[in-house]
Amino acid sequence: MANTHEMSKKPARTVKEPAKRDFLTKSLAGLTTALVGFILYPLGKFLKQPPAAGGNVKRTLAAKVGEVPNDSGKIFRFGNDPGIIFRTPGGELKAFTAVCTHLSCTVQYVPVESYILCACHNGKYDLNGQVISGPPPRPLEEYQVDIQGDDIMVTRA
Amino acid sequence: MAKINDFIAERLPLDDVMNALKHKQVPVHKRSIFYYLGGICLYLLIVQVITGILLLFYYQPTEAAAYESVKFIMTKVSFGWLVRSIHAWSANLLIFAIFLHLFSTFLLKAYRPPRELTWMTGMALFGVCLGLGFTGYLLPWNELAYFATKVGTEMTSAVPVIGDTMKEFLRGGSNVTGATLTRFFAFHIWILPLTLAGIVGIHLLLVQKLGMSRPLSQQSKPKRSMPFLPHFALRDLNVWLVVLAILVGLSYYFPAHLGDPANPMAPTPVGILPEWYFLFMFQSLKLFPPHILGIEGEVFGILLFSLAGVFLLLVPFIDKKSAKGQKSPLFTALGWFMISFVVFMTIWGKFG
Ligand code: HEM
Ligand code: FES
Repeated sequence: MANTHEMSKKPARTVKEPAKRDFLTKSLAGLTTALVGFILYPLGKFLKQPPAAGGNVKRTLAAKVGEVPNDSGKIFRFGNDPGIIFRTPGGELKAFTAVCTHLSCTVQYVPVESYILCACHNGKYDLNGQVISGPPPRPLEEYQVDIQGDDIMVTRA
Repeated sequence: MAKINDFIAERLPLDDVMNALKHKQVPVHKRSIFYYLGGICLYLLIVQVITGILLLFYYQPTEAAAYESVKFIMTKVSFGWLVRSIHAWSANLLIFAIFLHLFSTFLLKAYRPPRELTWMTGMALFGVCLGLGFTGYLLPWNELAYFATKVGTEMTSAVPVIGDTMKEFLRGGSNVTGATLTRFFAFHIWILPLTLAGIVGIHLLLVQKLGMSRPLSQQSKPKRSMPFLPHFALRDLNVWLVVLAILVGLSYYFPAHLGDPANPMAPTPVGILPEWYFLFMFQSLKLFPPHILGIEGEVFGILLFSLAGVFLLLVPFIDKKSAKGQKSPLFTALGWFMISFVVFMTIWGKFG
């Protein structure tokens, strides 16, 4: 009631109203778009996990010399990933990533038959990391091994 | 009592809701039994919410504490084993009931106009429930779940272009770590249940608004029906009690497993399997050779399943015959094919 009374006293206002509403709608749309941007940018950044410490470790202690006898293997921590170190029946020390190239399960050394097995989907690699059978699409990445006194050290590129 | 009723009725239009429910009719015919399935889903969902909240009293979502806190629930907390086992069994039965509900509404062509949106919200519920199952599986932080999650999240990287970003987003980094656990917890406890609640609301509103569909095969028969209140509702409640008895029985005789704690620096043991409701996809993916048409077999398989999902979502608009009220034998055949495929692949994946 009060409203109509007020309006009847100032007819000019009602004429301008559509133009004003148009302006308000447009300005609201513009501001909302900007606001969505202002929210989405930090949100996207927030949801991205900061890198874990140890991601760029290039060299690590894999095992003590006595821990890896002939024809046996061991999983070691390389930064945030598992690596595998093993000694072939011929006595050679070798190291690879332990992350299967198929769907990232952790591989293991199988003694006697001497190969690397991924138990997830029965993927098999030879002692050079090449795929023998099963679903893995690529060979395992090899690491360099050197011995410092009693320590077996492993280095990656 | 009457005074309180009046007091509330004056302020809250509950009468409108009651009137709508009073007018709801449920068709009676040879296939009426399938009308119970949606209600069973709803009931199991309520059980999930209640037992889930109870578990939160003791569960601790960190890499260091998760496994021990679940062990504590299973061994120290009075009836902790029961609450956890019911939550686990009810999750499985819920997914099972959703499969039945989805396939029965598919075969009865309940998705035909005007229920396209009911069907599509239903598909969304299916997706969200699979997400709940996937994220919940990891929470006990045991060996089985750890590696199953590793494999499952690795698969997302097969999606073209955005795959790697998706994988990193899900895992919270390039690996499955404590960061993944925290994320999955946020999904499992807040994001997915809230989404689910919203969609269930729309789904039920649509069911209420549109009424129950009468299958095409039953159109020519005499149109009998029963009132929803109280006739069908009482039947619903009885079914729910039976389901509760089944839940408690299963939980008592087959309590939920815990297994060994996750150890990211141990080789993956033999026998890593996802939950049974992912097995049909998992098993099919195994059948693809490592490379097809120049892309990785897995990528090809995942694309194929995504396409099937989109097809299923849009089926109300694709099945033109049902939309016109005609028989649609092609889609009936398709329905049976999907059912046989899922059943066969699941059994093969489990025992093969
Ligand atoms: C949490 C999951 C779900 C809940 C709680 C739920 C709940 C319900 C309820 C209570 C009804 C009415 C009773 C009945 O017809 O069974 C219903 C009907 C329906 N639902 Fe669902 N539902 C869920 C998932 C799904 C899924 C996955 C689909 C399929 C993609 C679906 C499609 C339908 C359709 C088409 C109807 C109408 C049936 C008719 O009118 O004959 N729902 N739902
Ligand atoms: S993850 Fe290694 S074979 Fe599949």
